[in-house]
Formats: sequence, C-alpha cells, structure tokens
Amino acid sequence: MSIFRWAAGRLGAAALVAWVVTTVVFFALRAAGGDPTEAILGGPGSQAGEDAVAQARSDYGLDRPLIVQYLVQMRRILTFQLGDSYARKQPVAELIGAQLGSTMLLAVCALALAWVIALSVATLATRAQGVLGRVVSGLVQAGEVTATVMPHFWLGAVLILVFSSTLGWFPATSVGASPAGLVLPVVTLAIPTAGFLGQVMRDGLDEAAASPFATTARARGASESRILWRHSLRHAALPAISLSGWSFGSLLSGAVVVESLFGRPGLGRLLLDATSTRDVPVVVGSVLVVALTYTVVTTMADGVERLVDPRPRGADRATDRTLRAEAAIV
Amino acid sequence: MTATTTRPARLRALGVTGAFALVFILLMVVAAVWPTLFAPGDPDAIDPRAAFTAPGLAHWFGTDESGRDVFTRVVHGTRQSLGIGAAATAIGVGLALVIGLLAGLGPRRLDAALSRVIEVLFALPSLVLALLLVAVMGKGVTPTLIAVGLATAPGYARILRSQVRSVAGSAYVEAARLEGQPALLVFGRHVAPNTLWPLVAIATLGVGQAIVWVSALSFLGLGALPPSPEWGAMVNGGRVYLVRAWWLTLAPGLAITLTAAALTVLGRRLGRVAAA
Repeated sequence: MSIFRWAAGRLGAAALVAWVVTTVVFFALRAAGGDPTEAILGGPGSQAGEDAVAQARSDYGLDRPLIVQYLVQMRRILTFQLGDSYARKQPVAELIGAQLGSTMLLAVCALALAWVIALSVATLATRAQGVLGRVVSGLVQAGEVTATVMPHFWLGAVLILVFSSTLGWFPATSVGASPAGLVLPVVTLAIPTAGFLGQVMRDGLDEAAASPFATTARARGASESRILWRHSLRHAALPAISLSGWSFGSLLSGAVVVESLFGRPGLGRLLLDATSTRDVPVVVGSVLVVALTYTVVTTMADGVERLVDPRPRGADRATDRTLRAEAAIV
Repeated sequence: MTATTTRPARLRALGVTGAFALVFILLMVVAAVWPTLFAPGDPDAIDPRAAFTAPGLAHWFGTDESGRDVFTRVVHGTRQSLGIGAAATAIGVGLALVIGLLAGLGPRRLDAALSRVIEVLFALPSLVLALLLVAVMGKGVTPTLIAVGLATAPGYARILRSQVRSVAGSAYVEAARLEGQPALLVFGRHVAPNTLWPLVAIATLGVGQAIVWVSALSFLGLGALPPSPEWGAMVNGGRVYLVRAWWLTLAPGLAITLTAAALTVLGRRLGRVAAA
C-alpha cells in the first residue's frame, strides 16, 4: 500500500468520525426534545422572557427548518467552524485551544511513564526463574489486573491521601505549570495504562522466549540478556505500540476525571462542565478534537511500529497485528 | 468448544483464582438481592453523635459525616452499582447483537457500511462517548446507564461481527448446509451457541468495566447523587472529607476495584473455558 493511499484512508476516517459524531448528536438532541434556547439563556431553569427566547432562536438559526439546520451544522464542522459556546458566548475553537495544551502534556507524560513502568516490570518479571519466578509472575499478574481496572477517581484520591496529605511530598492541586503539581495527576493516569500495557508486553515476551528465533540465538551462544534486549523485546513491544494509540484514547477519558479531581484546567474539565450545562457546541467540539487526536496518535503508533518491527516487509503483517491487538483488548 | 468437554473439566479450567473470583461475585450477587443478610442495619440511619467514627469493631468501615454506617451503605449500594453495571452491559450487548448479526450474516454491502460506523465509534474513548450522550440526554441514573450501555456497544459489535463471520464461514457450518439442513436450524444449532459462549465471557468482563464507568459518572456528579449509596456517589461524597475521614473514600472505592477485578479474572477464565 502506498503511503498516499494510507494517508488518504486516515483522512477519510477522520472525516467519517466528524460526520458520525455531528449527525448522532444533532438528531439525538432533537429526538430527546431538548431545546438549545434554554442552554443559551442560562441553562436549565432559565427565567428568560418570550422576547429573549425568540431573539435567541433567530440569532442561532433555530427557527429554520431542521434539515437546513443540519446542513448548516455539517458545513461548519467540515470547515472547522465549531461555533460559539452557548454558556460562555466565546468561540468554541478558542476555548478548546486554550485548554488543549494542558491535557496533551498530561496525557503524553502519563503514556511515557506507563511505558517505563510496564517495560521495567515486564523485563524484571522474566528475569526471575523457578519457584521465585512463579511467585513473582503470579504477583505481577494480580497487580496488573488490579491496576487496569482501578478507577482513576479512587486511585487519585488514595495518592492524594498518601503523598499529599500525609507525606506532603506533592501538592494535591496543580494550578499553573509547576512540575511538582503535575506528578500526582500523571501517576494517577499512568498506573491503569501501565497495567494494561504490561499484560500485553509480558504475553509478548513469553511468546518470544519460546519462539524459534530465541532458540537460534541461544544456540549461537548469545547471553539471555542479549536475547531479551536485541530480540524478544522488539517482538514483545509491537502489540504494545499498536495498542498505545488505543490507550491514548483511554488516557483522554481518564483526563476528564483526573482534571476534575486535581482541579486542573484542561480539555476534560471543559468537556465535563459543558456536559453538565448541556452546552452542545462545546461538547461536540471537544469530542471531535479527542477523535482527531486519537486518529493522529494511532497513525503515529502505526509508523513507529513499522520502524521497530524486525520482520521483513511482508503482506501478512497487518492482519497478524490486528489479530493480536484484538486479542489483547478482549 | 467440543462436545467431549465435560462439566467438571470446565470447572477445573476456571482454576483457583477463577474459583475465588466466582465465589466473590456470587457473594456480591447475594448482597445485591438480600443486603440485610450481611448488613441488617438501615443504610440511611443517622446518628450525629457517632459522626466520623474511625473503622473499628462497632463500625467495620467507620461512619460518615452524619454518623451513617459505611459498611451498611457499601453493602446496600451493591444492588445499585452491580445492577446499573449489568443493565448497561445488557443494553450494550443487546444492541451489539443486532448490529453484529446483521453485519456478520447480512449482505456484503451492509457489512461494509456497518463495519465503518462501528470502527468510527470504537475510535472514540468510551467515557467521552458516554459524556456526549449524557450531554444530549441530561443527568441522572437512567441517562448514565443508557449512555454507558450505548458507549460500550461498538466494542461488543466489533467482536461479535468477526465471531459470527468466522463461525458462519467455518467447515462445520458449511457441512451442515451441504447436508441440506434449514438455515434456521444451522443458525440455532451451530452459529448461535458458538457465538454466544465467547460473548458470555466478554460480557462478564464488560460488567466490571461498566461498573467503573458508571461510578465515574456518578463521581463526576452526572449520575447517582450523594445521599444514594451508589459506590461512585459515595466516593464523591467522601472526597470532601478525604483528610479527616479517609475511610469514606477508601471503602466504596475498594468495593468498585475488587468487584471489577473479580469480574475481569472471571471473564478471562470463562474465555479460556469457552476456547477449551
């Protein structure tokens, strides 16, 4: 597949995401009977008079036929015009632009930390042999499952309790750009992801240790650590790399909770506030940005995977990879 | 799954960990159906003099700001948390069944169209998708439950579709067709059981995940609200007193984590049993 077709496919996927999200939200909103005028005029329980309601309806084009409203909305989204926030009366793009950096910093740091934890645990766990090996493997497995399912809001609260309230090492709120304030939110986000990536990596390492290329290397007289670092790890890292794109999506989900818990500004906070006030343009804009980010990150993960993959460029690699990814999510 | 696998062999495939997880989940189900068996008290009984009592013999998990017993509340919250998780999963799996079967057995064009939409929705993180739906439907227990159900549907549909495809294209289905068995019989005898058994495993895992997401929405103040003993709402209510009374946050959060972990272990073991 040429690089252009691949890029075109990715772009097409992003456009499809935009179309599906806009359509679902637009029609679901009207089906649910929610009147956007209410949100424009100060949210549920607004006391606005009839004149103000009529004025707002014509200002936001809500008095036009439904299909016209839909097409207008569609054209806006496809030309990156996200409209104005109902509640804050500011352009959605501006609001999101102001918050995006903080969330990306959080998510990228968390993904990096998750990789460091997962790699260290997986490589150390394979070092232990015999009875000790079985004990270590059991403990690591239990730890990984628990870490993966642990809710961010609870893990974060426990970390605040231990490292902020009791030990006083790190602040519990992270206003501003102080690196110390970033520590607890990043750790909270990273631990569940590390559990997930660790499971995938350890499965890969076990598989690699039993594979013919490991036997061949051993027969050549390569040391165990050389086999691990030169051969097995590259093999084991592949599914973890391709799943990092998917993990990044769950990190953005987690950011909603973590930003609320640590009082940190960001896209997640914006999305949450807009959800509670039913500020639809902001919600749709944030969801589109998240979807776009996900597409960009999975594309990057794809590229990295091509670089790391030690196998010759063959046709069946893609299917093999998808199958592995699928198996890991299940 | 072969016909020769016997019941005891299946139980053994659960393993010690799987058996522990199963017992834990069964206890949780009993607590959901009959909470007074474990905690006879009233979860809403107020006792201001006993407010903020630390965990001890009288109050296993301590008491909250109005002196309500946290253990009693966690036990009584099981019904809501487990029930909401199961209901959300039922919605997700139900919708996925329709979509997955249509895509898996329907004409090629329909499959292509549905697959694209499934892929797109799968690309959106579930909690973000759930927030989008809550923004549309409004706050409350029922909207969050439906939102989590709908948000998890693309994942299930994706797995179901490929499962249906592989079963429908397998040699034994072809053999049954060549024998001249009617299509409905082939579906009922071969396609349905071989598709649904793996689904049981995945849905078990899914209930654990749904409990975490629903409680996250309650924690964010979009689902069940604090007087209710729903676990996420309890963590939300306790977070104000984190330093003064850590047990208010710790106990319900531990219940969520342990339940989700047990369901994950059980789901994986069931998956292995299904494959055996």
